[in-house]
Amino acid sequence: MRSDEPGSRLYTAITEATARALREAAINLPADVVTLIQAAFSRESSPAARGELENILENVRVARENGVPLCQDTGVPVIYVTLPPDHPYNAALFDAVAEGVRQATREVPLRPNIVSPLTRENTGDNTGLGMPLVHTRPGERFTITVLPKGAGSENVSRVVMLLPSQRGDISRVVSETVLIAGGRPCPPVIIGVGIGGTFDGAAALAKEALLEPIDTMDPFERGICATVNKLGIGPMGLGGDTTALAVKVKIAGCHTASLPVAVNIQCWAGRRATVEVVL
Amino acid sequence: MTHLTTPLGEEVLSLNAGERVTLSGTVYTARDEAHSRMQEQGIPFDPYGAVIYHCGPIVEEGRIVAAGPTTSARMDNLSAFLLNAGVRAFIGKGGMGRGVVVALRGRGVYFAYTGGAAALAASRMRLNGEHFSDLGMAEAVWVIELDRLPLVVGIDAHGGDLFHAVQERARENFAAIFPVQGGRTP
Repeated sequence: MRSDEPGSRLYTAITEATARALREAAINLPADVVTLIQAAFSRESSPAARGELENILENVRVARENGVPLCQDTGVPVIYVTLPPDHPYNAALFDAVAEGVRQATREVPLRPNIVSPLTRENTGDNTGLGMPLVHTRPGERFTITVLPKGAGSENVSRVVMLLPSQRGDISRVVSETVLIAGGRPCPPVIIGVGIGGTFDGAAALAKEALLEPIDTMDPFERGICATVNKLGIGPMGLGGDTTALAVKVKIAGCHTASLPVAVNIQCWAGRRATVEVVL
Repeated sequence: MTHLTTPLGEEVLSLNAGERVTLSGTVYTARDEAHSRMQEQGIPFDPYGAVIYHCGPIVEEGRIVAAGPTTSARMDNLSAFLLNAGVRAFIGKGGMGRGVVVALRGRGVYFAYTGGAAALAASRMRLNGEHFSDLGMAEAVWVIELDRLPLVVGIDAHGGDLFHAVQERARENFAAIFPVQGGRTP
């Protein structure tokens, strides 16, 4: 048996790490996200909004205590793998990750969400043609990071191709995206912004931005976040002081004639988890 | 905070949009498929004073595991017949269209329950029956006993619509922050 085939130690370790990360993400909201929701609750002035944030915090506690998913929409699995310098890169990696998704779907359990885009037939195991999405990148350690993404917030995300002269419009594009979305993405939201790259690259950057810890923002991110919060959409679109918990920006070089801007909206349940593959 | 128990009656008519309440008693889950089926074949429970929950729960071994709300607007054109039959309230997320706001006048209310708060909801629920099981887990009508589910009145019985008011104000705020320069506000 080759070292990367089903049943091998490497294959099983990747599958187990993927399933473990998906379980962790579905049940336990990351500490930085909880902290920001608590802060939003403390300063909220609208009683209806306070009630919503209180429900969210209580929900986070109940999910953790009972070991059940935070939300019945357990999302589509988006997966990032970092490969250490000495890792023998191999196509079996993708199969092993997909097997981890199937395992988590059975065991957590996760709601089977993946369907054929045209026939709408459900595969039943959260995998499918081209799914799960697996992104690989070089790193120091061999890790699997999962970002289960719910549909309510994904459906209101946008890519806009600005003109190079419209650099000043980025905050407007983000705010406009949040305004059009209203209460649909289950605010308070986390906003991933990808600037530069290409049409597809900007979207990937915006999603990667959602992997960043949200308890710190640079001045540019803070500025956009403050502007979005002036809209007053509030938790669940019921009005209030916090529409966005945080804005995270990632940039990449782009064509001199282009300025792609992608806005990936994440509901309050900013689920993500990283597990190291140990051999 | 007002505490309500099903079956609901005229007490819902005095509620105001933005008010927080808790609800106990029986609710019936229904999404798109169940609404269509009820419209064609009749309502499989006593609709008088009943509450409909827009929800497709995760159910395991006769137990509700997770039961957050789904987007109510999908049921905009499938809701008048329920009010005509005596239903007093809907629970969901995101609010409902103008047609429903008008149909609720003098008859009933729309409650918002926190999107994504599925584990909290499940902890306040006991499963008590099922209709239309052939529609599958997400689309079937589940009969659920609630114990003090925390809700907000989103649309009241005298035309008050919190979602609409908030969105209008957000549009004004956006226009003030980004004045129109030959463009348009969304």
